[in-house]
Amino acid sequence: MATTDAGHSATADHSADSHGHDHDHPSYLAHHFDTPEQQFDSGKLGMWIFLVTEVLFFSGMFCAYAIFRAWRPEVFEGCSQFLNTKLGAINTGVLLFSSFTMAWAVRASQLEQHKKTAALIASTLCCAMIFLGVKAIEYSHKWHMGLLPAGLFTYDPNNPHPEGTPNYLAYICAPFAVATVGILIWLVVSFLRGAKFQFECAKPILVVFLCFFVGVGLGTILESGESGEHAAHVEGADHAAHVDGEHAGDEHADGEHAADDHSEEADVEPAAEPEHVEAIAGLVAPGAMVSSDNQLDLVKRLASDNTNTGSKGELAARQAQNEMAYGAITYNVSDDSSATVAAAEDDVMRKSRAGVFFSIYYCMTGVHAIHILGGIGVLIWLLVRALRQDFNKNYFGPVDYVGLYWHLVDLIWIYLFPLMYLIR
Amino acid sequence: MSAHEGSREGYDFAHPLPLPLLFGVFLVLTALTVLTVFQANFDLGSFDIIVVMIIASVKAILVGAIFMHLAFDKPMNVIWFLGSFVFVALFIIFTLFDNRASHKDNIPVMGDGAAAVAAES
Repeated sequence: MATTDAGHSATADHSADSHGHDHDHPSYLAHHFDTPEQQFDSGKLGMWIFLVTEVLFFSGMFCAYAIFRAWRPEVFEGCSQFLNTKLGAINTGVLLFSSFTMAWAVRASQLEQHKKTAALIASTLCCAMIFLGVKAIEYSHKWHMGLLPAGLFTYDPNNPHPEGTPNYLAYICAPFAVATVGILIWLVVSFLRGAKFQFECAKPILVVFLCFFVGVGLGTILESGESGEHAAHVEGADHAAHVDGEHAGDEHADGEHAADDHSEEADVEPAAEPEHVEAIAGLVAPGAMVSSDNQLDLVKRLASDNTNTGSKGELAARQAQNEMAYGAITYNVSDDSSATVAAAEDDVMRKSRAGVFFSIYYCMTGVHAIHILGGIGVLIWLLVRALRQDFNKNYFGPVDYVGLYWHLVDLIWIYLFPLMYLIR
Repeated sequence: MSAHEGSREGYDFAHPLPLPLLFGVFLVLTALTVLTVFQANFDLGSFDIIVVMIIASVKAILVGAIFMHLAFDKPMNVIWFLGSFVFVALFIIFTLFDNRASHKDNIPVMGDGAAAVAAES
């Protein structure tokens, strides 16, 4: 065998070759490549092209983020108060560490340190699982509060922790728990049957899956110790009101556009005769919802008296309330909005505001989490191969390629974290 | 088996990165994460996003150059990867230009009454 001296000891098993035709390449070198380096470079180019598609794929979501943030910065500032910075920061650290162990795993595989390679790949996997565990806490907490994508958004600042919601955390954990139990069974069976290699594989994989629950525990501790997110219920609302004030200029410009649409409703009916003054007693308390049209009619009639400025304001307030209750976007239609419900009308915590933010949040972090899940899949494959000692100084491509993918996932999170969690 | 003795062209191409370099990059990345969380405590106004993006980009460059070996890679791979960011930049910048031109056209979104009730508080 001509090349066994050039490659690696793993090439020695050529006698078992059943391809029949003329063969003088090591087992890890595919037929259509001349040298391991050529094979490695081709694979790497392919991986880079895949990563380019990934970058472009994510750029669509970053673009959506940019559009909506440019459109309504106050919504993003208000809503990011609901994201727990501590959890995000811990996840960033976990992901960076996993990137580090992955880069180290590539080095170990190049140096043919087989045990170290497997251990480092397993560490990367553990970090990935911890990341998902923390994410499970984040997601379940938000789902519980009704902080959902626009179509499902049901958050109510008056009742941030509604009773009777399903136990979302249990639902998220269930597949991981089932997988963990399955691997435990696999471990026991392989031990009893004396399947040594399977047992060696099952051991680290079990640890990896248990790490998911470590992440859940970590998230629970940070979440319970964190009053920030609960303060956000108040803070978020304050913030929204505050920001509305700051952006009053913008809102006004919008209001002028809207004024055309709503002028009919907002204008007081120009009926001339004053009548039914006794109906003051029938006024609904300010702030209460207008439930029937005749009450509104009554106020309208009252307001038709030009001297009755109080009921004019009342009418404007009612109408603004009505519009909001029916989901129309309301802007400051009148100039004098200080005494009416219109003053606080453009609330951020609504489907078409916060809901859109959370749509983008779930889309970006969700697709990122799907990438983590995909990464876990290929890393487990890689772990088994590392335990089989497949890699050597001429064949470490798979470790390197999976590493590149993993670093890209890290790279995306590096941008996601400040853009989502750290907005002030 | 000594590393280079008797090896042919195209074999023995692995260049393992020194461990202190990997450690150092990890420590710098962690420090930058702490920094970016820390700066969020200050109100930097509209510079906020610029500072955050600069820190994130420094981190991204470190990950790309060292962890992803781009600093030692074949130029073709670097061109592919950086080229994609040119298109990302074109995509986002041109959309934002258009966004700026049209952001005053508000599209009313109907049917979000459920959460609007909360607006009274």
